[in-house]
Amino acid sequence: MTQKRKIRIIDTTLRDGSHSVSHQYSSDQITKITEALAKAKIDTIEVTHGDGLGGSSIQYGFGKLTDQEAFQAATKVLGESKLAVLLIPGIGIKEDLEMAYHEGARVARIATHVTEADISAQHIGLAKKIGMEVVGFLMLSHMAPASKLLEQAKLMESYGADIVYVVDSAGAMVPDDTKRKVSLLKSNLHSTIGYHAHNNLGLAIGNTLAAIEEGADVVDGCLAGMGAGAGNAPTEVLVAVLDKLGYETGVDLYAIMDAAEDVVRPLMQRPQVIDKSSLSLGYAGVYSSFLLHTVRAAQKYGLDPRDILIELGKRKVVGGQEDMIVDVAQEIRRKS
Amino acid sequence: MLPIRVGILGTGNIGTDLLVKILNKSTLLEVGMFAGIDPESEGILRAKQMGVPTSADGINAILADSSIKLVFDATSAGAHNIHAPLLKEAGKIAIDLTPAALGPYVVPAVDMNLSTMEEPNINMVTCGGQSTIPMIYAVSRVAEVAYSETVTTIPSKSAGPGTRANIDEFTDTTAKAAKVIGGAKRSKSIIILNPADPPILNRHTIYTTLEQEPDQEAIIASIEDMVNTVRQYVPGYRLKHPPMFDEKRVTIMVEVEGAGDFLPKYAGNLDIMTSAALAAAESIARKMLTMGVTK
Repeated sequence: MTQKRKIRIIDTTLRDGSHSVSHQYSSDQITKITEALAKAKIDTIEVTHGDGLGGSSIQYGFGKLTDQEAFQAATKVLGESKLAVLLIPGIGIKEDLEMAYHEGARVARIATHVTEADISAQHIGLAKKIGMEVVGFLMLSHMAPASKLLEQAKLMESYGADIVYVVDSAGAMVPDDTKRKVSLLKSNLHSTIGYHAHNNLGLAIGNTLAAIEEGADVVDGCLAGMGAGAGNAPTEVLVAVLDKLGYETGVDLYAIMDAAEDVVRPLMQRPQVIDKSSLSLGYAGVYSSFLLHTVRAAQKYGLDPRDILIELGKRKVVGGQEDMIVDVAQEIRRKS
Repeated sequence: MLPIRVGILGTGNIGTDLLVKILNKSTLLEVGMFAGIDPESEGILRAKQMGVPTSADGINAILADSSIKLVFDATSAGAHNIHAPLLKEAGKIAIDLTPAALGPYVVPAVDMNLSTMEEPNINMVTCGGQSTIPMIYAVSRVAEVAYSETVTTIPSKSAGPGTRANIDEFTDTTAKAAKVIGGAKRSKSIIILNPADPPILNRHTIYTTLEQEPDQEAIIASIEDMVNTVRQYVPGYRLKHPPMFDEKRVTIMVEVEGAGDFLPKYAGNLDIMTSAALAAAESIARKMLTMGVTK
């Protein structure tokens, strides 16, 4: 019998999923979710403010906890799982990463816009130096052609990234695009390739499978499909599908289903569905974290959130530019 | 009155834009030396065509010329750490456009006459600082600011290798100066690069959280007054919307269109640095002239 291919799953319920609760996880909730993930033998658990270390702000929403408090709530029940953190240069700084390492984080995911990898050199360098595993995270990968993505992925690899991710932050990619980009990276990099999906077009699981078929060995999910916009690939669904297809994830299927159903679903503040706003994110190619901020601005200014999102898409705003939501909302209102 | 002679260190975009600005706009300053380390650099060749004395021997030609009183350093933080003591020893005032920040931070709009300035070395903070700190100060001079948060978005094309390699220093210096010069008790700074083509204009969102309920009229008047002050040296600096109030929070959005002297107009982030440095240099020059420092 041939050996099953191993796929590593990074669960980000406590980072990307944090957008779904506007970064208001309590210490108790973090402990319970981490405990359930560790029990299901998830390889790596990401815990950070949705916008990464230092993300707690007016721009992105203040977290209920500091990043440090969140780590402390997680590490006491981490078991065999590894703790990952996200850092977006320009938002988080090197001191934040040092603090995260001190608190037990061993995987650093350093994220930049798909064309701006060269601002990650400092942070990837530091993470490697202090002995962390490093993931280079190329956000909004749908916005650049495959050749540009490869050039930027090579930069991250040259700074020391062990894994380079194609990140569909807007949930705007389709399986063909996913395949083209993942296979180009796979055949030209020494690093392991990863894939991070959003479900705005209903393609989170499909794109993740397409990525795996082209050689991605690490993929992301969130319990119960939490995550910015319409959410990430639901971890429990991913585990079930991969198991059915004969991949080895090392995750206990019943335990991960229980984690989604019994631990996460009761604390969800809104149904994690593809409503017209999150569908518009995928359609217009806008950063998924904009969803709840846009819904709030649309309410405040009496606008249709779709109009704001489509206009943001036209202007090619990138991750982190949440201030553009109110800016554009004001302009639309003035014109109407 | 004779103009004050200045040196420019660094022949890249910033140095060249400064050169063009001084030649075209300044009656108080005269460029005595445009110095870099590469004799073949575009900047040096351009300066030669303009008839400006050049040197590819780094700081040495500037140090050797005692008529040069003021020196703009548009190199790098590492190089400025070496230049600073040499310039001081030679009795020249350094205007530091790098993130080295050895001397006090200067934002001209907050102190147009540099009344407190007797320092041999001043630092121009960052482009984010030059654009956002006047707004924080405009609020803090009429209301107590508990917290300021600035979000600077710059077009990718105008983010040079220096900014990219030192993005942490950018956020850190901007946030520190928001407290020291802006008057906020706590501060945070965020920077975002946007690669859209055609390039977006450089823009900034300035959030302040106040200790008390805001006196909206006083704050709006102070902001508008400050915008006019900045416009004296950066005509393309403007509010995108009227200031927004939400309980104790004030949100201000500005965009900065460059003058297009040497750098393209979208590079307002670079224009405000060179314009601020020029404004600071002219204030110092005025003082020198009144004190009778000449050739």
